[in-house]
Amino acid sequence: MSATTDVGPVPATRTQQGAPRRKRRERGNFGLALAAWVIGFLFVVPVLWMVLTSFHSEADAATNPPSLAAPLTLEGYRNFFGAGGGPSPWPSLANSLTASVLSTVLVLLLAIPAAYALSIKPVRKWTDVMFFFLSTKMLPLVAGLLPIYLFAQVSGLLDNIWLLIVLYTSMNLPIAVWMMRSFLAEVPVEMLEAASMDGANLTRTLSQIVAPVVAPGIAATSLICFIFSWNELLMARTLTATVAQTAPVYLTGFVTSQGLFLAKVCAAAFVVSLPVLIAGFAAQDKLVQGLSLGAVK
Amino acid sequence: MTDETTDRKAVAMSTTLERAPGGPPQTPEVRSDGALRRSSDWARRAPLLPALIFTIVITQLPFVATLVISFMNWNAYYPDEIGFAGIDNYVSVLTDENIRHSIIVTIEMTVVVVLVSLLLGMGIALLLDRKFRGRGIVRTMMITPFLIVPVAAALVWKHALYNPEYGLLNGALTWLWGLFGSDNPPQPDWITQAPLLSIEVALIWQWTPFMMLILLAGLQSRPLDVIEAANLDGASAWQIFRYMTFPHLRQYLELGGLLGAIYIVQNFDYVFTITSGGLGTANLPYTIYQLFYQAHDYGRASATGVVVVIGTIIIATLALRTVSSLFREETR
Repeated sequence: MSATTDVGPVPATRTQQGAPRRKRRERGNFGLALAAWVIGFLFVVPVLWMVLTSFHSEADAATNPPSLAAPLTLEGYRNFFGAGGGPSPWPSLANSLTASVLSTVLVLLLAIPAAYALSIKPVRKWTDVMFFFLSTKMLPLVAGLLPIYLFAQVSGLLDNIWLLIVLYTSMNLPIAVWMMRSFLAEVPVEMLEAASMDGANLTRTLSQIVAPVVAPGIAATSLICFIFSWNELLMARTLTATVAQTAPVYLTGFVTSQGLFLAKVCAAAFVVSLPVLIAGFAAQDKLVQGLSLGAVK
Repeated sequence: MTDETTDRKAVAMSTTLERAPGGPPQTPEVRSDGALRRSSDWARRAPLLPALIFTIVITQLPFVATLVISFMNWNAYYPDEIGFAGIDNYVSVLTDENIRHSIIVTIEMTVVVVLVSLLLGMGIALLLDRKFRGRGIVRTMMITPFLIVPVAAALVWKHALYNPEYGLLNGALTWLWGLFGSDNPPQPDWITQAPLLSIEVALIWQWTPFMMLILLAGLQSRPLDVIEAANLDGASAWQIFRYMTFPHLRQYLELGGLLGAIYIVQNFDYVFTITSGGLGTANLPYTIYQLFYQAHDYGRASATGVVVVIGTIIIATLALRTVSSLFREETR
């Protein structure tokens, strides 16, 4: 190709050579698109299977080979929500919701001012502070869990949802600080200065300059903090029992029954995952930025 | 470590350079006397302090306590024998067959899961970086595994997929063999025969989307004009990948790998749910959980925790260096 460009009638040669090459590329494109579809499908199969099984009767769920076209029923869901006896999952779902929502609110209350002090009006050595927050995220939770457990035992906070709320706040705070800083860094500082020179008051500056840039960031940060709190098992498992147990802890405890339970397990897994699926798809565009702590846009 | 500090200085310097043309706001600060400056410093720090103090109290104090307990002889079943133990816990931790095995399991699990999900994630990201019909749908399908609560996902893998009698895997084998008229399909007991691999496959399934998302973002931030030019100059797809795409992706691969490693090292949910740490799959988090929650051996649990922290610091140092290089680019 480079030789032909030297010689002369470039457009002509290119069209001559271009046609078969394009055709080959189109066929290649079709193959690659097909591969993408197949792989995507393979990854979603366990989820689809979980959802399908959750709508089957226990007898149909436990066949080999699988009965794909079995009649649909809500039996699994009725059993999960306590129709067949056993503890109801509602208290644990409510606990998960309380812990996730309240800790997310606390995280935002702490993280937004902190991110402000790390981006718009940065403190000196603000990068050191950022890396301190990040380093706490790298220390394994399990290594600090025993003293927390002992403290909870002594102070009577075992099986208290507030202990989880505080711990989930500390678990998500570094993520939120990093994310919020990356969003606040996009606020145009010159506009803030111009506004303050023009005598605009704080509320106006916040609502007209800061909020439009930062609001989507706050939404994405809250969704990600919500997901991480909702998913958490280890701390909830060690620090709660019957009163404050969360949905993941409930899940670990209920596969002890005898007999067929597959539809019930799938229904449970789907119900408990539903809030995360909703939050995750809602935050889809900002998911990468959140998961990479704001390092990737 | 020295590299890292220079990195940070570079970040700080680039920001001051950036701010310098803004001029006016900086000059009064330089002229002002000490007291004024100090008060403005505190005004700047004030919004940061609640978060900083909260984090130090909740995350650092427990580690100090763990360090102290790790030098104590403390088992809740023998309350009379609580006392100073010196390095006994560490000796017993490092010579204990189970704990040493769980260190190896942790390393193996982390390396396998992170490497495989990075490779798969990169392949899928390359596929999704092209325009084709239904790209958005495939992307959504790919993200879904990451949005299943880990315990729930582990339960589904254990009971609905791996179960030897009615799991989907053996069900599919029966169906496939049936297509060829055989009524004697292989029906392996997946978890019993390959316990660690079963956990790893489920983890890879959940973490590949994470890697894919980070790498896809990396691919989409490539300078397209340069690649276009290389394409016109007749560079092959492989050459473009090898000399342009891959070097650009490298830092995203490192970021994905290290963030993934941080989470997989700490993985508890899958081990707890799929095998309950049995069949030689107990990793360090599970072993520590067992030591303190079931055996109530607080001293040894803490010593194991300290060992984990030291291991993590080694990974974390590498991780911080990578993130700080990305961070520096962003600040520029």
